[in-house]
Amino acid sequence: MAVLEAQDLTLKYHQRCVMDGLSVRIPEGRVTMIVGANACGKSTLLRGLSRLLKPAGGTVALDGKDIHERPAREVARTLGLLPQHPTAPDGITVRDLVGRGRYPHQGFFRSWTGKDDAAVQRALEATGTLELAGRDVDELSGGQRQRVWIAMALAQETDVLLLDEPTTYLDLAHQVEVLDLVTDLNRTRGTTVAIVLHDLNLAARYADHVIAMKEGAVAAMGAPEDVVTEELVREVFQLEARVIPDPVSGTPLILPIGRHHATAPELEPA
Amino acid sequence: MRLDRTAVLAAAVVLLFFVSVLLGSYTVTIPDFFTIVANHLTGGAKIPGASFIVMENKLPRAVVGTMTGIAFGLAGALFQTMLRNPLASPDVIGISFGASAAAVVAIVLFGAAGAVVSGAALTGALAVAGLIYAISSGGKLRRTGRGNAAGNRLVLAGVGIAAALQAVVSFLMTRADIRTAADALVWLNGSLNSASWDRAGVLFLALTVLVPAVTFIAGPLRILELGDDAAAGLGIRVNTTRLILVAIAVSLAAVATAAAGPVSFVAFLSGPIARRFTGKASLPASAFVGALIVLAADYFAANLAPLLLGGTVLPVGVITGVLGAPFLLWLLVTANRKDA
Repeated sequence: MAVLEAQDLTLKYHQRCVMDGLSVRIPEGRVTMIVGANACGKSTLLRGLSRLLKPAGGTVALDGKDIHERPAREVARTLGLLPQHPTAPDGITVRDLVGRGRYPHQGFFRSWTGKDDAAVQRALEATGTLELAGRDVDELSGGQRQRVWIAMALAQETDVLLLDEPTTYLDLAHQVEVLDLVTDLNRTRGTTVAIVLHDLNLAARYADHVIAMKEGAVAAMGAPEDVVTEELVREVFQLEARVIPDPVSGTPLILPIGRHHATAPELEPA
Repeated sequence: MRLDRTAVLAAAVVLLFFVSVLLGSYTVTIPDFFTIVANHLTGGAKIPGASFIVMENKLPRAVVGTMTGIAFGLAGALFQTMLRNPLASPDVIGISFGASAAAVVAIVLFGAAGAVVSGAALTGALAVAGLIYAISSGGKLRRTGRGNAAGNRLVLAGVGIAAALQAVVSFLMTRADIRTAADALVWLNGSLNSASWDRAGVLFLALTVLVPAVTFIAGPLRILELGDDAAAGLGIRVNTTRLILVAIAVSLAAVATAAAGPVSFVAFLSGPIARRFTGKASLPASAFVGALIVLAADYFAANLAPLLLGGTVLPVGVITGVLGAPFLLWLLVTANRKDA
């Protein structure tokens, strides 16, 4: 099991400070959701946690060792990342794409072994993409394509998996499918998962642990029942909302009030 | 399936190589060819006339042509794959222009000849590549996670530099006396007319270093194709890998240009044609297609064009230019359609 932890992390984009002295710990073996308004630094945090952005200050440690002081490939054997906009090369098949997830496990001369085949097979099975294995990635629908990219990240077989808005551009059914898939992975393999997610309701449903961010700092951190409250939604999203227990899962369900459709008189905007 | 098609391309290169040596305005029979080569190596008797034409003209010409094509094909495919942009080949983004501008400067201003000119061409290509890289990696390049913007920036920087260099070359050409200008002209078109064993040897040495380097970097390149972020997630050092790729691709384009001039559009055409033929991006297939283009274009330029043009032997670059321009337009039209 691997522990991913940021200490006093300062991240900058082109000399502009996006976050200053932030410390977070991604709990091992759990599903963590990073939420917040647009441009609050949640994707930046994920980039900082995954070697994509070199910290201007502080450290990111994987199992107690700074990820920027270890060989990139060694880190990639423990820490996987599915970015927001990966590119599928023209004419690549599903199996070939998923196979590229094995890169960090291959040696200097990159010989492909039976172990790699087995990992690809498991990843295809786990994501339900086995029957697509011979197809061109270009031909797939958005939902299928996202499952293939997740399969690639699974083939990497890391203890920690970071996903940057894996449900963007997917319809609700496929969003749920993707999050179920990630939960399966967490429950069957014990993979530590951290996801940047836009949809607060789905985040509250699927998270064991929530990190809510506002303006590059952590606004709240903890179990969704404790963290996702009307006050937090007001503070982080500047949104008036009711938070009730989700009738399906018992997790917090956020009902935005808005200006037009509220019927209960006590909810009328002042 | 893919292996088969790449093998077909390799076989076609071998076939075309022998066609261009044996057939044409001077025809050599196959037994004669082997006698000539064997006797040349063992110091045996020469066949009058034929030995000279084969050993001093046709064979070095085909050898330099093949290696130039391989180098241009690889250089183009490396750039296009790395930048995910079919326009980003060294001949479109001005690297070959850097080589030819430096060569023309050396010839016209310093009266240089031979290896000095090749050296100048090499330096020019590397200098332009460094300049383009510096221009395009400044500013907000790293902010754009999707990578295509980086490629577009590089293409634009390159096209701008190419235009500036062309102006320099045109200026020098108008100032040069007619014989110097004729020497320099080769560097503007690309030609195998002055192919020699010396050039073949230099090119061969360069390729024995660069081709293994390509196979070494091909693995990381396959990962870099997935986008910078995904590649970094898979343990690639994106900036280092890209720098190595640029260095290899520029060196390939530079040594090829130094040997035969900027044979236009070979680097640009090889990757897309190889992809259409084999169904996916493939470095070996691109190398073979590059060799095929140069050999076929040169065969046409040296043997068929004189029949049509009353004896004028065209530089190979004129033929590839004629082939390349419509393809460039076609690629632009179809690429836009795909994006829409």
